[in-house]
Parts: sequence; C-alpha cells; structure tokens
Amino acid sequence: MKSRHKRLALIVGGLAALGVAATLVLNAFNSNLVFFFSPTDVAAGKAPQGKTFRIGGMVEQGSVQREADGVTVRFIVTDTEKTLPVAYKGILPDLFQEGKGVVAQGKLEGERFVASEVLAKHDENYMPPEAAKAVSDAHARAAANKAEGDGAAPLPTGTPAAATAK
Amino acid sequence: MSNLNLFHYAAPATFYPLAGRLRPLFVALAILFGAAGLWLGLFVAPTDFQQGEGYRIIFVHVPASWMSMFIYCAMAFWGAMNLVFNTRLSGMMAQALAPTGALFAFLSLWTGALWGKPMWGTWWVWDARLTSELVLFFLYVGYMALVASIDDPRRADKAGAVLLLVGVVNIPIIYFSVQWWSTLHQGASISMTKAPSMAHTMLWGMLLMALSFWMYTIAVAFARVRAIILDRERHTDWVRALVRQA
Repeated sequence: MKSRHKRLALIVGGLAALGVAATLVLNAFNSNLVFFFSPTDVAAGKAPQGKTFRIGGMVEQGSVQREADGVTVRFIVTDTEKTLPVAYKGILPDLFQEGKGVVAQGKLEGERFVASEVLAKHDENYMPPEAAKAVSDAHARAAANKAEGDGAAPLPTGTPAAATAK
Repeated sequence: MSNLNLFHYAAPATFYPLAGRLRPLFVALAILFGAAGLWLGLFVAPTDFQQGEGYRIIFVHVPASWMSMFIYCAMAFWGAMNLVFNTRLSGMMAQALAPTGALFAFLSLWTGALWGKPMWGTWWVWDARLTSELVLFFLYVGYMALVASIDDPRRADKAGAVLLLVGVVNIPIIYFSVQWWSTLHQGASISMTKAPSMAHTMLWGMLLMALSFWMYTIAVAFARVRAIILDRERHTDWVRALVRQA
C-alpha cells in the first residue's frame, strides 16, 4: 500500500465517519430544526405550551375576516386534517391569500393562535397566469364531474367559471 | 498512470500558459450565455401567476445558489487531491476558487433577502435552508482566513484542505433541508427525480444563467490561479525566464 493510498483511505474513512456523525446529530436535533408546527401537531399537543412558536399550513378558503378596526385579521389555518383559528394585527404580505401557504409566529391563547408575525409561504411552481388558470379550471371541472357522480353526462364548461384574476 | 498523463498538466509551469490560452474562451462563453439567459429571463419568460414580475430575481438567485454549492464541492475535491497526491496545483486551485464561491454564496443570500421581503414578508428567517446557506458563506470566509493566516503556503493548503473536507457535510444539508424539515423556503423546482415545475422559457433562462456563472467561475479562477502560480513560483527558473521575456 503506497502512502498516497493510505491518505486516500484516511480521507474516505474520515468523511464517512463525519457523515455518520452529522446524520446522528441532525437526527437528535430533528424536532428542534422544525421551522413550524402544523395544526395537527398543535392538536396533538406537540407545540410548546405558553411559549412563542410558529404554525404553518394553508389559509382556509373563505375564512379570512377583517375586524371593524381595519387592522385585525382573523383566518383559519388548515393542514386539511385539523384547523386552527388565528388572529393577527398588522400588515399581511402580498402573497397572503386564501388557499395559499402561510407561516405565522405567535402564541396559543386558549383555542386561538394570536400571531405577532405572518409570513406567506409560496410553492415551487412557476408558470404564466394562463397556465395556472388552465390548471385550476381543469381541477374545477374534475371536481364538478365527481360531484355530479355517474348520473348526468359532464357538461362542457364553455363559460370560464369565475376567472380568479391573480 | 495511463499514457495520458494528467499529472503533466498538474505542473504549474505547464498549467500557467494553458490557463492563459483557455481564459478568453471562457470569458466569451460567459458573456454569450449571460446575455442569452438575461434576454430569455427578463424579456421572453412569462409573468408568474402568483408572484408577478418579482419572481424574475430567480434568474440570479438560483444559479448563484447552485454555484455556491458546486464551487465548494470543487474546492473540497482539490483539497482531497492535495492531501492524497500532494500536488502543488491542487491547493492553488482551491484558493483560486474560494473568493468566487464566497461571492456566489453572498449573492444567493442577498438576492434571497431581496426576494423574501416582498414575497414572504421578511428579509430573513432562521429556517434550515437559509441558515445552512449562511453557514456555507462562513465556511468560505473561514477557509480564506485560515489559508491567509499560515505563512508557509504548503502547510496553509493542507490546513485549508482539512477544513474544506470537514465542511463538505454542509452541502447535502443545504440541498435536502427543504425536504427533511418544514422550512419557509419552498422545495426545489428542479430536481433529478421529477419533471421541473416551471414554464419552459423560465427553465431555459435559468439554465443559461447557470452556464454563464459556470464559465465566469472558470475564467476568474484561471486568472486567479495564474497570479497565485507566479507568486509561489517566483524563485523558479521558468518564471524568471518569463519575466525576462516580458
């Protein structure tokens, strides 16, 4: 075995050991590296009690309500299984929308999550508005077909259903 | 080794003129790909359905982030070469790449902050993706500081190589952070396992920008490595002959 082979073996072995160590450390820290908790986690009592933490999920459709004072917003965060009502006083980011991702920081006060900061979480899809509309129309048609069941033949939706300009 | 002796080019005296001849080619390619990528990204690619025009920072942000990770891997490779084969050039290559890697890590963090403020509503959060990229930036800076603090260049290269190899565990952490943990940063739009989740012109603009950054990296690394070679080999006959010619 030449000395350079020894050095190579040493480096490969060292890197492997380092990788294993890093994996173990990251596994041990796993729960602390979570940036936000889901409403399911909160319902299961995994979220810290009486301390500030973040929740993440989708803003439930039709749940956003503005209070009379104009700055307090109430909405419901859902992960499609559980939901959590959120109250927030302040400016919302531009991408905050019903049906879109959201991460809020704050505290649980009873059943309600009182947020001190609300961030929008967008997905990794990038496409032109026409393509996005085509996708959402296709989803709407599929949902409509499902709702109608196997009774009536699916109507060709010629009129664009409530073009949601975004 | 086989007949094609790669170690021939590992000699600084042969690599110096080779890098000098190849450099203009990479400069030209960087400009060409950069112009094409920016044109596609800023004029041809469509507006995004949820982020409007603001998403166009992606054409700098993503290629810069890729390069920041890739350059670190390249430096770690040269570090390993240095430790195993004890070639002089490998340490110089690692040093020549470091400032460019740091630049791209910095660009990635800054463009990310500029993007995060309007879209997420914050400049910075301590989520796993952002934090691990910041650690990468510190690794670059730490490497440069360590190498600069040791007077003997061969010992400096060895110490730097060990740091580079230890730091390489951070690269998979950056890459997979968005899958392993819940982060504010969204998942990868482009991966090896699934079709890219973006429009074609957007994708091409991004790939061309990545190619441009790649060519730029090679061009500046060659320029820098030539300067390092001259500095370190200044007592040799071939450098003296070179200077006498000039």
